[in-house]
Amino acid sequence: MAKGVKPRVKVPKTAAAGEVITIKTLISHKMESGVRKDGDGNVIPRSIINRFVADFNGQNVIDVTLQPAISTNPYFQFDAMVPEAGEFKFTWYDDDGSVYETSKKIKIA
Amino acid sequence: MEFKILLTSAAFVALSALGASAQGDATLAVEGETILTSAAAPAFADNLDTVYSGWLFRKLETRALQMDDFDNPAFVFVDQGIDLFEKVDGSEGKACASCHEDVEDFAGLRPSMPRVEDGTLVTMENLVNDCRTERMGAEPWKYTGGKMTAVTALIGLQSRGMTVDVAVDGNAAPFFERGKELYYQRVGQLDMSCSNCHEDNYGTMIRADHLSQGQINGFPTYRLKNAKLNSAHARFKGCMKNIRATPFKVGGDEFKALELYLASRGNGLSVETPSVRN
Repeated sequence: MAKGVKPRVKVPKTAAAGEVITIKTLISHKMESGVRKDGDGNVIPRSIINRFVADFNGQNVIDVTLQPAISTNPYFQFDAMVPEAGEFKFTWYDDDGSVYETSKKIKIA
Repeated sequence: MEFKILLTSAAFVALSALGASAQGDATLAVEGETILTSAAAPAFADNLDTVYSGWLFRKLETRALQMDDFDNPAFVFVDQGIDLFEKVDGSEGKACASCHEDVEDFAGLRPSMPRVEDGTLVTMENLVNDCRTERMGAEPWKYTGGKMTAVTALIGLQSRGMTVDVAVDGNAAPFFERGKELYYQRVGQLDMSCSNCHEDNYGTMIRADHLSQGQINGFPTYRLKNAKLNSAHARFKGCMKNIRATPFKVGGDEFKALELYLASRGNGLSVETPSVRN
């Protein structure tokens, strides 16, 4: 189990209906590639976040497959159009089966 | 001839310092709050008129990282600092938070560090480790280690935007003089002193690197080079290796005196902890 994993998300609190907003996400994770060796020459097992998904009110916004070459603490920034008030839900899937979730509400101003 | 060269280089420094500020928007606003990046040099800094934050010497992309706490990678480590601050450790069953309930109470500490207490020069790292060994009954942290920099960054962050004001007179005077001596002392195979780069040649390029004044108002600082927080002493060590000198001991008397002297040269600048540099 990867240690010290902590998701962080930045979503504006309010937006105009139909406005395109920028969302930033970062998850602290060591993203061990699985090709490095330790001091004794043994391969350090791969341990990465392999999938990232963002949904808005149940509708998918972005679905990303992550590969071992992605560096530590993967950061995603993307735009999304907000048609109505609701909740963004972010999910990260770890190689070890852990699922990290966080969500942010957004209001229409 | 020598005079002419001096004149030209002085003009170049002035121009490139201007050039640094002319590169796009030169106002550092972190989370909407403006932070001073230049100030009139303190009276005792004989060879400087204006002190400039290292932020001004970095590329626009690097500068932008520091302007938003979400984009600033140092905050991953500040978050670790928050966890460490609340984590119980040692024989007394205490955490930092057991005594210091609110970390925000540390606002105002960072601008005055390092300072003299009972005749000894103490740094932020000393304060943290004193608390750990004397009040928590825990093992001291490594002086420049990850846990230490995470917590010193968290404590320093509480004073962000405050004006650096390190005492240099009274009890601090002998340490200040010692630091000044070290600053101007040529050492190492390349026979260079701190001042050769950071006072005589700031604003110019040393190969691919843009020389800053070597201000430490943003430490601990996140460096893109090694993707972690770096303490001031670790940076001094790096500088000394670059000039092929044998570095002093981190946390030792020499580096502490140098830290006091360097911090005082930035009196008037704002605390930028945790800053982003390359």
